[in-house]
Amino acid sequence: MTLPHRDPPWVFRTYSGHTSARASNELYRLNLTKGQTGLSIAFDLPTQTGYDSDHPLARGEVGKVGVPICHLEDMQALFEGIPLGRMNTSMTINATAAWLLALYVAAAERQGADPKTLAGTTQNDIIKEYLSRGTYAFPPEPSLRLISDLIAYSVDAMPKWNPINICSYHLQEAGATPVQEIAYAMANAIAVLDAVRARPDVPKQALPRVVGRISFFLNAGIRFVEELCKCRAMGELWDEITRERYGVEDATLRRFRYGVQVNSLGLTESQPENNIIRIVLEALGVTLSRDARCRALQLPAWNEALGLPRPWDQQWSLRIQQVLALETDLLEYGDLFNGSPVVAAKVADLKRAAREEMERVLAMGGAVAAVENAYMKRRLVESQTARLRAIEHGELQVIGLNCFTETAASALVEGAHSILRIDESAERDQVEHLRAFRGRRHDADVQAALASLRDALASGQNVMPPSIRAAHAGVTTGEWAGVFRSLYGEYRAPTGVAVSVAPAADEALTGLREQIRRLGERLGRPPKMLIGKPGLDGHSNGAEQIAVRARDVGMEVVYEGIRLTPGEIVSSARDEGVHVIGLSILSGSHGVLVVDVLEGLRKAGLERIPVVVGGIIPEDDAAKLRAAGVARVYTPKDFDLNAIFGEIAQLVAESAAA
Amino acid sequence: MRRDRDAVPEALNLLDDRRPGQREAALALLDALESKISRSEAKPSGAVLRDAPRIGLTGAPGSGKSTLLDALVRALRKRNETVGIVAVDPSSRVSGGALLGDRARVRAGAGDRGVFLRSMAARERLGGLADATWPSVAVLAAVFDRVFVETVGVGQSEAEVAGLVDTLVFVAQPGAGDVLQFMKAGILEHPDVFAVNKADLGAVAERTASELQAALAMSARDATGWQRPVLLVSARDGRGIGELVAVLDAHRAHLVASGALAERRKRARSSFALDALERRYGTFGIERLGGREAVRARLLAEPEGGGNAFGLGLAREIEAALGKSR
Repeated sequence: MTLPHRDPPWVFRTYSGHTSARASNELYRLNLTKGQTGLSIAFDLPTQTGYDSDHPLARGEVGKVGVPICHLEDMQALFEGIPLGRMNTSMTINATAAWLLALYVAAAERQGADPKTLAGTTQNDIIKEYLSRGTYAFPPEPSLRLISDLIAYSVDAMPKWNPINICSYHLQEAGATPVQEIAYAMANAIAVLDAVRARPDVPKQALPRVVGRISFFLNAGIRFVEELCKCRAMGELWDEITRERYGVEDATLRRFRYGVQVNSLGLTESQPENNIIRIVLEALGVTLSRDARCRALQLPAWNEALGLPRPWDQQWSLRIQQVLALETDLLEYGDLFNGSPVVAAKVADLKRAAREEMERVLAMGGAVAAVENAYMKRRLVESQTARLRAIEHGELQVIGLNCFTETAASALVEGAHSILRIDESAERDQVEHLRAFRGRRHDADVQAALASLRDALASGQNVMPPSIRAAHAGVTTGEWAGVFRSLYGEYRAPTGVAVSVAPAADEALTGLREQIRRLGERLGRPPKMLIGKPGLDGHSNGAEQIAVRARDVGMEVVYEGIRLTPGEIVSSARDEGVHVIGLSILSGSHGVLVVDVLEGLRKAGLERIPVVVGGIIPEDDAAKLRAAGVARVYTPKDFDLNAIFGEIAQLVAESAAA
Repeated sequence: MRRDRDAVPEALNLLDDRRPGQREAALALLDALESKISRSEAKPSGAVLRDAPRIGLTGAPGSGKSTLLDALVRALRKRNETVGIVAVDPSSRVSGGALLGDRARVRAGAGDRGVFLRSMAARERLGGLADATWPSVAVLAAVFDRVFVETVGVGQSEAEVAGLVDTLVFVAQPGAGDVLQFMKAGILEHPDVFAVNKADLGAVAERTASELQAALAMSARDATGWQRPVLLVSARDGRGIGELVAVLDAHRAHLVASGALAERRKRARSSFALDALERRYGTFGIERLGGREAVRARLLAEPEGGGNAFGLGLAREIEAALGKSR
């Protein structure tokens, strides 16, 4: 049987990494034998934010949401037996992207590979970190400089490398509508390209090549027809912007190239088996239209709202891609939607609205200005609030969550065994290895390498070459980031919650407000709540929604934002005189951090203040937290925020009466 | 009375408590505080409490007040000064709730016991202050070396905050046309110091500073003889922060030397006591004693530390008068 001609499939990836370089290496090799065609590295939060595994802020976070990489030996162990010269590696790394790429290059050089042959992607998009993901480390300006250093360096030294993935993925996770996703991604790309264009070391004639290396990273939600149109609209817009603004004549360099991770936000904890259907449909949105098809795809696992996926869960998601690309006839046809008036009209609508919003951002000084004045953040919080309200009110149907909730017992969920557990000894082992490594290296080499990095920064030289030398010399992730921190300080992005507008009264709110008002009379002042995120997890969307709703029910909310130590939370609770504390954790580090907060409260004599915790927390962990003194644990299945605040008001009343 | 840092949070909770019994206790606490405060500039010792400089920081949203305050706190901590901060945010008219926040940027003090931050909702009040702001500042001033009040301004709040602090700093954001807006809003009358933030922006900040300078030319000196300075500062690169601290010190010295400090303090305290009486007994109650200005005059005449500076005695009189009229 002769098969018809097929397009080559997109790159199959799975976002993965955990525990240690060695454990992750085993997983990668296993995934490659199963037919994965590229790697997608998940780093742990200390690595992403520039801390060594033994830094106080790293406590509880090492090896949790990804692999810890502190130095060259970790990077070498991660790719042992994987020839980097022939691999395609995507690294989800942003604030410290220049450093992780330097380690990657150094590891490849140790394997004998020429950097010119390296293919893959560094995410390297800092703007969306301020808006959504929260793993920034430095202020916007030096961050933008780091990004453009990496781009300027790789365009010549690593011509097959995608130096940046402009991410609209995380904007959708933060609540962005398709129009906002398109507009802010384009504004973000413009901010980056403008910064690169302004560099003296990037000659005018090199700019089209730079434009040709810019790639995107998109989200694909469950409204897959609209998502398909979104991808087409972005392709057309990018073509126009690169021609008009940057004068790129070569059409191949104007191509809109993008990778995708489909939506995690819409995956449910209740009836989690339904997620596999959602994932399939979302994958269709970014593959059906040949002219706007993704270049690489990674699918989440069905159980991500429960905890970390196991190898089998990831395999199932990989098989979806393989069936879609290799078994169906999808890749045998040209574009199915050219000439469709319905699709054309929808694409035109999205483009027009997105351009309008993009121009608004450009008029206020571009994406960086719209981060600093919190404009984009505020718009995202508004959209997210509207979306969650629609789910609460049932206007937006989520099967198994707010409708059709009747279910037989799931054959897939078997309590504690249906997710991956990170061995708590992983952190201790990693710290031991790190300290041994520090003891082995030549201190003089390390100091010299750090000094030349400092010099490059001060003199405006590109930081990539001295970073690669530093990688070879044995500099650690924390030391590298420390050079930048000492120069630029820590940065806190605006949260965008304070400016969001309160809703007009609805009935559920009115009753709740009355309950809170009466509680305030009993307390002598309105109930005051501290909301914060301990640890390094920067996904603040959930905490922000809780903060906004707390305000809307009539509480006074101290929103402390991300990256707090347990000690800071305790002293803030005391100084601010709060009645209740809400902690949000998504990184799986709840075991350590929440217990530290409870312990700190006890030491400060504040144990009467009830603590509630929200996040992705498996039930048996929740039971442990309750046993340790947590008053309530909320997980993604608790979508009714008014019900949550009814309980919180009750808790405050009980603690005041005690 | 405990005057260590550990007692501050509970004291502030009490001052914010609207239950009648707690209100009385709060006023008694303030009276006791007033009687122990040192009026001299020397560092107090023994049972005498210090009375730290009180500085207000206002400016439009986005002018960078929090970031500037963060830079100031860092600079003061380097000099080993302790700092108390009250940050006020508006309450929602609809829900009565409030998001006190985005203070996350005042980070210098995280984990540092030399820095204290209490955020407050303005609740029913317009004008950038809460009922509990003044008494909270009074408590903080007895414990910390310097106290700041940060609040969103533009218009009304400058006047209100000026009535509460020793030194009012207006934080201006560089930008064309702003100065005219400031003048329209009547903002320029109140501040003692103008800080044009984001000096790192260069020419645009300098232009705003010189426009401000020109606008102030007619009224550069206030009634106490203070020459109101316009400074260029940058929280981002630290420019002008040292000068700003020096100006704050100079204004404090000027207030002491000119005798204006005692006068300001007395006015602020009396205003608070008057508002508290009015909240409790209403306009009708105040009129039993001859109206607001008459009550204010009596409060101003109370001797400091006499145990009656906060109107506890007047409250009894009002109650008696109200009792008779019923």
